[in-house]
Amino acid sequence: MALREDERAGSRIAGRASRTFGRGTAGRSLLLASLSTVVFFGVVVILVVNSPGWEDVKAAFFYGPEFRESFPDILEKFWTNVKLFLLAEVFILVWGLVLAVLRSLQGPVFFPLRLLSAAYTDVFRGIPTILLIFLLGFGVPALQISGVPKSQFFWATVSLVLVYSAYVAEVYRAGIDSVHPSQEAAARSLGLNRFQSLRYVVLPQAIRRVVPPLLNDFIGLQKDTALVALLGVVEAFRQSQIEVAGSFNYTPYVATAIIFLVLTIPLTRLTDYLIARERRQRR
Amino acid sequence: MQKILALLLVALLAAVAAGCGGDDESSTATATAETGAATTQAAADECAKGSLQLVSDGKLTVGTDNPAFPPWFGGGTPDGSDWEINDPSTGEGFESAVAYAVAEKLGFADDEVEWVVVPFNNSFKPGEKSFDFDINQISVTDERDRAVDFSDSYYDVNQALVALKGTELANAASVDDLKSAQLGAQVGTTSLGYINDQIQPDKEARIYDTSNDVVAALNGKQIDGIVVDLPTAFFLVGAEEVKNGVVVGQFPPAEGEQEHFGMLFAEGNPLRDCVNDALASLKDDGTLDAIQQEWLSEKTSAPVLE
Amino acid sequence: MAEQLRLEHVSKSFGDLPVLRGIDLALEEHEVVCLIGASGSGKSTLLRCVNLLEPVDEGRILLRGEEVTAPGVDVNRTRRRIGIVFQAFNLFPHMTVLDNVTLGPRKALRQSRAEAETQGRELLGRFGLADRARDYPDRLSGGQQQRVAIVRALAMRPELLLLDEVTSALDPELVAEVLNVIRELAAGGMTMLIATHEMGFARDIAARVCFLDDGSILEQGPPEQIFSAPREPRTQQFLQRIIEAGRL
Repeated sequence: MALREDERAGSRIAGRASRTFGRGTAGRSLLLASLSTVVFFGVVVILVVNSPGWEDVKAAFFYGPEFRESFPDILEKFWTNVKLFLLAEVFILVWGLVLAVLRSLQGPVFFPLRLLSAAYTDVFRGIPTILLIFLLGFGVPALQISGVPKSQFFWATVSLVLVYSAYVAEVYRAGIDSVHPSQEAAARSLGLNRFQSLRYVVLPQAIRRVVPPLLNDFIGLQKDTALVALLGVVEAFRQSQIEVAGSFNYTPYVATAIIFLVLTIPLTRLTDYLIARERRQRR
Repeated sequence: MQKILALLLVALLAAVAAGCGGDDESSTATATAETGAATTQAAADECAKGSLQLVSDGKLTVGTDNPAFPPWFGGGTPDGSDWEINDPSTGEGFESAVAYAVAEKLGFADDEVEWVVVPFNNSFKPGEKSFDFDINQISVTDERDRAVDFSDSYYDVNQALVALKGTELANAASVDDLKSAQLGAQVGTTSLGYINDQIQPDKEARIYDTSNDVVAALNGKQIDGIVVDLPTAFFLVGAEEVKNGVVVGQFPPAEGEQEHFGMLFAEGNPLRDCVNDALASLKDDGTLDAIQQEWLSEKTSAPVLE
Repeated sequence: MAEQLRLEHVSKSFGDLPVLRGIDLALEEHEVVCLIGASGSGKSTLLRCVNLLEPVDEGRILLRGEEVTAPGVDVNRTRRRIGIVFQAFNLFPHMTVLDNVTLGPRKALRQSRAEAETQGRELLGRFGLADRARDYPDRLSGGQQQRVAIVRALAMRPELLLLDEVTSALDPELVAEVLNVIRELAAGGMTMLIATHEMGFARDIAARVCFLDDGSILEQGPPEQIFSAPREPRTQQFLQRIIEAGRL
């Protein structure tokens, strides 16, 4: 029985494909994955580019000259965001750990500390960060207490630290809880005191486990640095806002988004890598 | 199985491409029909009320931001109004008055004018506009003109400086006195550009979201002075938004560029030319001057800071 | 010989559930005593009470005549004098074998790192683990890990060693190497209180065997007596079940 024309063509294509993609199920999977990806994104692109308003949107959001003009200024102001989140993150990691440890102290004598720590995480996870920045950034300098810093950058950092530490404390707490109590029992049996067993046995294991969620919170922090603009400080997002208002073109927003993405995508990839590695190690 | 899937995907792709191609053709078809109709009416007056292409038939839809601040808008907010501070439909306030005067020249009665809230950032977004024109103290620049169309000037504006009484900045007599000051302005205004280009202080200006925030910053002494257009400066001081404020002075325009406000139109909107005709007429017969006298008269005497 | 350990009327409940009922037990120096009994009979709890991991509800525990259950006694100091090895080894996975062994001496005994490591290596060498000093616990077999756990406890130079079913979690072929370590320790004069299911081992090594039943020491005596001629019916039942399981 002779092959029909299309069957012959099909088998030619299959033959060529298997030379490119390899034989067997793995090769077929790869071929199908590639084909599926190309078609999917191809459809999306075609849909977008052929929509009636595309030219207008393209001109408003993806205008090359505006991008080139606004990018340097936005990048320069981005340095403010970077300084803010690097500084804040250091304090957040430390203060969050303190809160978590306070919360984990056992025994009736430590009840007030546990209570304070729990109250702290409740309050500062509840208050919207925007509110806190306004309250502290406008309110405290207005009190005109001598010796108290007036810098907006300072109060924005303080606000971010107060809020994010509450979240990070809970992350640490989950990590500490995830360390099996037998580890602490073993450490205490050796004669180590509570603090020593925490410092040398429990915390090293706890922290290692929560690096992915900590990284997650760090990525969130990077974007929340834009809130310092509420206090008047010009950072990347505000700068892009200024550019947009000046030119009536939205491309600077795209530029800012790209800058943030360039920063956060490597971090998200790193987080995924760490999660996968830990999963491999646990087995 | 794989082959069937692949064929299905390709078929889907083809269908979508065909569908989109169809859309393209149909929209071009409508456009051709419209310009065809417009050309045949070229002979008739394009600015006749009946032949205007409006967002809402028979009505002139004018946009501005909410809240609508004095002295640009006035008359307060009648019961049930969605507007804060001032409702533009009262006809009071400089920009409201200008809008109604233009509407009248175009042949619209006062009750044929409808106001819509258009936040500043929405006025220039791509796509269809919700208004026929927007009047919102928008300064005309060539850069902005690329995205929208502007009318001619309905007000030539100078920037001014507001400070707190008794402070060093309140006694400033020239631009040099401003070098060490911490200045502030609202985002989206040309005031920041003026600060950076003409005043060039040592400290970077602070930029705030809303006019309320700038005022709060000055009241809270986080900034030394506000740069804002002259009429608004007088309003802030006069209405005591700024506590114990003073209009220190006004700035001359940057070399050869008199800043001015224009009404904002969708790009290519033929209404713009009609409005320009109306404005020209209002200038000729003195109406525009009268409106300016009524709403902005006290607001012109401030020393010039050079 | 001095008395090393004494439990007087020790009782403990978890909530409403009594787990230890009036335990009286004494150990002489260099004595090896084995605790046998069914699961839930209180063997582990007893051991955990001795090193103060669990507080006792009633009774006292004396270490060389000193009451360690009295209020105000430094718990950490007591624990330094007693070593305990757990069924699940409980090695610290984020530290090397050597660091596991030296952590106690360095932090609790305040030895220098050099001193602790020298002693640690010596101990590890004595039990055939010298070449594993820099490995992480997850690279070791179960038997090796348990031996490291024993070395870790020994590194603190305890007066008394508690062993809580230390071979129950091991594959059968690895049990012997751990039992041999314990035999060596006994031969060297270590005072030990051992909870175990390994009856043959208990018969070999113990000076005394205690049968725990439902929180009380029902019967205790030399291994020949307990294993060959138990007096109590419940002891007999228990041993019968063990024999049927082929473990005696």
